[in-house]
Amino acid sequence: MPSRPLHLAVDLDGDGAHPASWRRARHAPDRLLTSERVARVVRVAENAGFTLATFEDSPAPPGRGPDPAGRIGAVERAAFAAPLTSVIALAPVVSTTYSEPFHVASQLASLDFAAAGRAGWVVSATDDAAVAAALGRPFVTGDGLGREARDAVTVNRALWDSWEDDAAIRDVATGRYLDVDKLHYVDFVGETYSVKGPAIVPRPPQGQLVVLAPEGLVPPELVDVTLVADPTVDGTGAAARRAATPRVFAEVEVVLDTPDGDAVDRLAGLDAASPWPRTERLRHVGSAAGLVALLTELARVVDGVRLLPLVLDEELPVLSTHVLPALFRAGVATRPVAGSSLRTTLGLPRPANRFAAQEVPA
Amino acid sequence: MNVPFPDAQVHLGVFFQGVNHWTIWSEPESGSQIDFASFRRMITTAERGLFDAFFLGEGLRLRESGGRIHDLDIAGRPDAITQLAALAGLTSRIGLVATQNTTYNEPADLARRLSGLDLLSNGRAGWNVVTTDNAWTGENFRRGGYLDHADRYVRAEQFLHVARGLWDGWDDAAVASSADAPAWSHADAITPVLARTSQFTIDALPLLPRSTQGHPVIFQAGDSAEGRDFAARNADVIFSAHGGDLDDALAFATDIRNRLRAVGRPEDDVRILPGTTIVIGDTESEAEEKARWLALRQVTPATALAIASQVWGFDLSDRDPDGPLPTEDPVVAEATGEMGSRRWNDKHALVARWRDVAAAQKLSLRETVIELEPRRGHVGTPAGLAEKFAHWVRHGAVDGFNVSPYFTPDGLDDIVDELVPAMQDRGVYRGAYEGSTLREHLGLCSPPTRRHA
Repeated sequence: MPSRPLHLAVDLDGDGAHPASWRRARHAPDRLLTSERVARVVRVAENAGFTLATFEDSPAPPGRGPDPAGRIGAVERAAFAAPLTSVIALAPVVSTTYSEPFHVASQLASLDFAAAGRAGWVVSATDDAAVAAALGRPFVTGDGLGREARDAVTVNRALWDSWEDDAAIRDVATGRYLDVDKLHYVDFVGETYSVKGPAIVPRPPQGQLVVLAPEGLVPPELVDVTLVADPTVDGTGAAARRAATPRVFAEVEVVLDTPDGDAVDRLAGLDAASPWPRTERLRHVGSAAGLVALLTELARVVDGVRLLPLVLDEELPVLSTHVLPALFRAGVATRPVAGSSLRTTLGLPRPANRFAAQEVPA
Repeated sequence: MNVPFPDAQVHLGVFFQGVNHWTIWSEPESGSQIDFASFRRMITTAERGLFDAFFLGEGLRLRESGGRIHDLDIAGRPDAITQLAALAGLTSRIGLVATQNTTYNEPADLARRLSGLDLLSNGRAGWNVVTTDNAWTGENFRRGGYLDHADRYVRAEQFLHVARGLWDGWDDAAVASSADAPAWSHADAITPVLARTSQFTIDALPLLPRSTQGHPVIFQAGDSAEGRDFAARNADVIFSAHGGDLDDALAFATDIRNRLRAVGRPEDDVRILPGTTIVIGDTESEAEEKARWLALRQVTPATALAIASQVWGFDLSDRDPDGPLPTEDPVVAEATGEMGSRRWNDKHALVARWRDVAAAQKLSLRETVIELEPRRGHVGTPAGLAEKFAHWVRHGAVDGFNVSPYFTPDGLDDIVDELVPAMQDRGVYRGAYEGSTLREHLGLCSPPTRRHA
């Protein structure tokens, strides 16, 4: 089937997806945690034509042993990037396991305002007793991870709707700034906590941010984009067909032939420093043309891909000069349009407000 | 007269924006309170005016009165740290101060978010430490209302101690300067933070290095004896409520200096920046006329009745704002966290004062509210205000002001275009930023790393 164009996302965390990627970065290690680094990488991704940048994150250190021990929070990095960009959308990874849903909803809604409707949220869970100890909270694992993720997304979505779009009325005649009938208590009551609402931030520009989540973490009705991690194209297609979410993206680890060496050697070199554990994700190790072929094949089974480059400073130049131009020329993918919200780019409608809908019986 | 601080300079910050009736939303020049463009406009003006800091407040629950969402004032604001991170890349010098609560945050998470802002802004972050104890606010959070009033500063102080441990947890040269190094960070360069206190059981690895200013500047606004002692022990800057009257400001400053000495800190270790509004006119009478015009828009008939309802403790929204004061006695209700529930200690005395003022000046209810305006601010010509502020800082009453503009987003324009040059002419305001960090703008010492101290 001649599907819609493939949406291209890329993760911009640290120096790349490989734990030892810092050894190949074009800057000194002590320049990683700087504003210049965050700004430069996101601009490269925007100029390349990516639709979406994601920012991996965790409350735990990003690396172990000899690898990076520090990471600026993903919400802060995405917010910093928002006014420095105008086309690429920005989606931080925010863990749901211990965070305060009320704070997260405020942070993400604020990001959507700063990014003029270009914000998303990559939902994650944190299965790590060290994080519980750092936060001084009881360890959550097993079924608790799904429960916290489900409840957090539920609360976020309710809070984003808790102000109707036209709640600020500025009615000089009566002296009222707000129409309180257009503000709503969310009255969420879960197994482990409750949230009253309404939000302190008005409804974000997109109404609801685009919610991306790994397959199986969150009930599909709460998710806009499922992130599929499957080692084969066929398996990815099967996962996409069962996903039951409006959009499905495949996660692809990317190791390319670059002027610095061929893909296999580059990977082996870094693996010798620190192993890069295999996940269920697709992994492409080879030429730019091979990646174009893989993504063209994936375009038949998914709506988009999220690329996880081995080394940002080495893979991004090849992606931007060889891979993305080839995909755009072939019509497999298209560049996002300036001024569009992420929802618009992904072909997702701006959702009706759940509370407003109740007032108009069908 | 002896001038104790002849070289003192005025420091300005901007508090954007109050969700209260001081911000006027009814006029053509009243822009959006939430669009990012408004924040960009305001901070750009403040930086043009060489302000020390741009402040954002925090909201944890929409204000309510009588069990109902308060609908008369500006409402809706962004998350402070997120918004300041977005503004960091659009500015290069001005400090970025986030109000953040210690009751409904965890130290490891908040310390990291503030550190991230400090790194992304190259050393311009500040944290206005606030506390909450009421169950009403807690209804939006996992723990609910869990903290006794007496424990709010206990938790805040322990929180700050953990946060500082995390901020100081990396050696200054912890990260390798070459990719050829055996490891990204040096062995033993990062020290875990352990806490076993009444409020915290924590075993955390610090996630970020120190910034160019060490770590975020600590602001504090509590005004009770407990709050002042907390500030004397912990704050770099006090965002005080004593900026309207010189004698009151001097008394507050003297009190803070005494408390600083009592805890072994130098008297000049803390900056005092009271919140205020500034109304400027070409002549004194024009400024006064403008202040009157503003007051009528801030204290609308509905707002006058709402304020009176808070004072009297029951609904007066059906009364005539242009009529006399209510004849009933006030009702004293329990503090819940809603608006007005804890704003006045003795309502009977307050109402008696209202009656005296109204009778003496033959004022209506609304006129009485305006007359008793607790925050009229500073009204005058640029030259007159420059002279006044010079006097205040040179006598040690304040170190400057944290200005709340009454219009969004252009409310700083006349301050920056008229008052700032007048202060510069008088030699009490910087002509250019001399430093690059918030700590440098404020003239504060760099915090020693406890590891190397």
